[in-house]
Amino acid sequence: MSTQENNLTFSRRNFLRTSALASGGLLVGFNLFTACKPEAKPPVDIANLNFNDFNAFIKIADNGYVTIFSPNPEIGQGVKTSMPMIIAEELDIEWDKVTVAQAPLDTKNYVRQLAGGSQSIRQGWDALRQTGATTKQMLINAAAAKWGVEASTCKASKAVITNEKGETLGYGDVVKEAATIDVPENVALKKPSEYTIIGKDAVNVDINKITTGKPLFGLDYKEEGMLYASVLRPPAFGQTLESFDASEAKKVNGVIDVITIGDKVRSFVDKGKSNWTFKLSTTDKVVVIAQNTWAAIKGKKAIKATWKSDKELESTEYQEKVLNNILDGDKFDVRREDGNVKNAFAQADKVIERTYHSPFLPHNCLEPMNFFANVTDEKVHLIGPVQTPEFAAIVVADMLERDINDIQVDMTRMGGGFGRRLYGDFVYEAAEISDKIKKPVKVISTREDDMTTGIYRPAIKYRIAASIKDGEITGYHLKEAAINDNMYGLIPHFFPAGCIPNFKVSTQNYKSDVTTGAWRAPYTNFLGYAEQSFFDELAEELGKDPVQLRLELLQKVKGTADKRIQYSGERMENTIKLAAEKGNWGKAKEGVYQGFSAYYSHNTHVAEVAEIEFKDGLPVVTKVVAAVDCGIVVNPTGAINQIQGGVLDGIGHAMYGNFSFENGKPLNKNFDTYRLIRMNETPQVEVHFVENELSPTGLGEPGLPPAGGAVANAIYKAYNSRLYSQPFIKELEAKKTEVKS
Amino acid sequence: MPTYNLKINGELVTVTADSDTPLLWILRDKLNLVGTKFGCGIAQCGACTVHVDGVATRSCQLQISLIDKEEITTIEGLSKDGNHPLQEAWEEVDVPQCGYCQAGQIMTAASFLKENPNPTTQEIREAMHGNLCRCASYNRIEKAVAKAATKMS
Repeated sequence: MSTQENNLTFSRRNFLRTSALASGGLLVGFNLFTACKPEAKPPVDIANLNFNDFNAFIKIADNGYVTIFSPNPEIGQGVKTSMPMIIAEELDIEWDKVTVAQAPLDTKNYVRQLAGGSQSIRQGWDALRQTGATTKQMLINAAAAKWGVEASTCKASKAVITNEKGETLGYGDVVKEAATIDVPENVALKKPSEYTIIGKDAVNVDINKITTGKPLFGLDYKEEGMLYASVLRPPAFGQTLESFDASEAKKVNGVIDVITIGDKVRSFVDKGKSNWTFKLSTTDKVVVIAQNTWAAIKGKKAIKATWKSDKELESTEYQEKVLNNILDGDKFDVRREDGNVKNAFAQADKVIERTYHSPFLPHNCLEPMNFFANVTDEKVHLIGPVQTPEFAAIVVADMLERDINDIQVDMTRMGGGFGRRLYGDFVYEAAEISDKIKKPVKVISTREDDMTTGIYRPAIKYRIAASIKDGEITGYHLKEAAINDNMYGLIPHFFPAGCIPNFKVSTQNYKSDVTTGAWRAPYTNFLGYAEQSFFDELAEELGKDPVQLRLELLQKVKGTADKRIQYSGERMENTIKLAAEKGNWGKAKEGVYQGFSAYYSHNTHVAEVAEIEFKDGLPVVTKVVAAVDCGIVVNPTGAINQIQGGVLDGIGHAMYGNFSFENGKPLNKNFDTYRLIRMNETPQVEVHFVENELSPTGLGEPGLPPAGGAVANAIYKAYNSRLYSQPFIKELEAKKTEVKS
Repeated sequence: MPTYNLKINGELVTVTADSDTPLLWILRDKLNLVGTKFGCGIAQCGACTVHVDGVATRSCQLQISLIDKEEITTIEGLSKDGNHPLQEAWEEVDVPQCGYCQAGQIMTAASFLKENPNPTTQEIREAMHGNLCRCASYNRIEKAVAKAATKMS
């Protein structure tokens, strides 16, 4: 794309700038996040990001066709479709005249090109609308000037500007003039009742490429002269490379060389730098360079390596013991405290305490980790699937001691993210390899590489205690024992904070050699189940319907003056009521058992009713009804897809996800020993949205946390015994055997 | 390295490769047919599904030396213009999330519908259970297969 900067108009106070395209047409650059509300902060702390001017663009060609460069990475959450819809709405252009392209990373010009925390739509909402509306106003102003009339007497709709005489000009007719006029300030936005694109189904913009198998993903990318690299990492966490013999590997047809990498990452870490929250491994790694993928995979298998460790390697039993010891001990950080929990417990009629256990979980993006790098004297070109391209560029620049302006990152569509691609370890490997061999190279992982050298959802245990006095919940104490890191700062202010007078959240962790990190709905992916399962028990103890108990508690947080409280009592109440109504709560047919759960996370309120039936002695989830308050639903078809996926993902991992270690080595290596939910095990998920005109919030994660609780509570109804450990299948299989014998 | 003659999507191609190379990597690395995906390498996920004489087959487990005169069809050759009833149904139902597994899902479904043009819901669920969708777009895959079956009958 070539641009002529001479026609530049720039308003410092504004977030938007225009320039004429040499090829004809108008380019509008805008900043997606400076136009946001001041409190809209990224959900994760990414240090050292270069915040600069622009991060998204609209191109209007002189034939009136519009290209919207979608700035955020697409991992399956649908933003490549939904974000441009918001611009198109305010720009007033028909959706079928819009082409959507993935914008490359430009470290000079883009801000927060990140997929994480279900924040893309929430944080982009204001800026995307203002950009569309402002651009439309500029086109109107240009047309008015051409006609010699007041702009206020002109209107625009469907890419056509009309004046009072009924004369018309298309957007394409005035793009040249629009590029030269001042950017108007304070342009009015549409009312939700005027929307024609927002709220209507728009099919995934990449649908045809996906269904016909066009190259889209990182693994599909290739270029002339590109080599393939397979990286042999330590088989156990806590090990480093001692020695290796590559003689057999070098005999494999297609293997070009066997090298080691590690010193660049080591020097990066030695300088005191770190990769965000995950600990970078500083061991040397053996890399097989080959002419094709198969040779790289075979070559890696043929390496004979010896690994060493200077301490005992962790097994699952050990990690369990450590976490249990934390819960039994008294060393905790207090994350929130209201009233006096100790007194409430001392004065209670009854105290209920339960402990919930979860395993580590791998992400298992179906597209294994991979990245392309071409390091030359001129520049460092990185191409592939990563959720944090900007951060990856900064680390690579530092590692290779290159100027940040030498780094170019292009994003591909991603075969799933789930948090795994927030971490750029594979990008650094690709960069280090290409830097060493001075050739374009693609690092490829096998499923075994991915599953056994991951950055996992850490094993976590929650111990929850509540005091009951005169039929009321008077105290609540949540303790978290986690591997490596504890819940992020907002979570202690989720439900039931604000609903119970004496309330405390305490956390502690154990630092492990196993690398851990964000996994779809971090912490709440398990906490949602633990807490919602616990409330089911509390309701029973109090002799109340579980829905009724939640509604009663929520009354206490309505209109709270406590600014730390994250969720809304009113919105949660409406969401719960909708789920109960649509899910026919309490009206299950004979042989059908219902469970209820409601959870707020990632700014969205979700409530779910799960139904189970018995098949072959095992409970099978047959239906889930979800109610969601995410504000305005931008793209209903995409929104429903996200919730369905989140619910099924939540059920799948609660039921089957199991991952364990022996002497630092993961025991589950591929889908034959790690069970993911499959179609014949999935219930139908019905999704309903609470209707309101509030600003939209994210959907990639919030459907997941309540799902495990809804299922556990339904299973309890059937069995009359509670599930305290994930995966549920372990206990269910044991019960099945009991029933038979 | 030995040379193999293959018939892929109606065209005859000659490739040189080690005899143990899975068809998957021949397609992806040698023939630039990257619609067939790598997911697990052990026939557990179905992302690499192609048709061998019309039968859904995991290409990650099919060594090139075992292919004789069989006709191989990949997602790129399923229809001329991307308008196989399944591809149309996938668009109408707006199935994909990340999209990575979908070519494999469509290939499994295409072979299944040829054998069973009027499947019940339960038959669809069982037939498709070998294909993983990590995003869990299963409800919509199920719906799209049923829709395609209606179109084809």
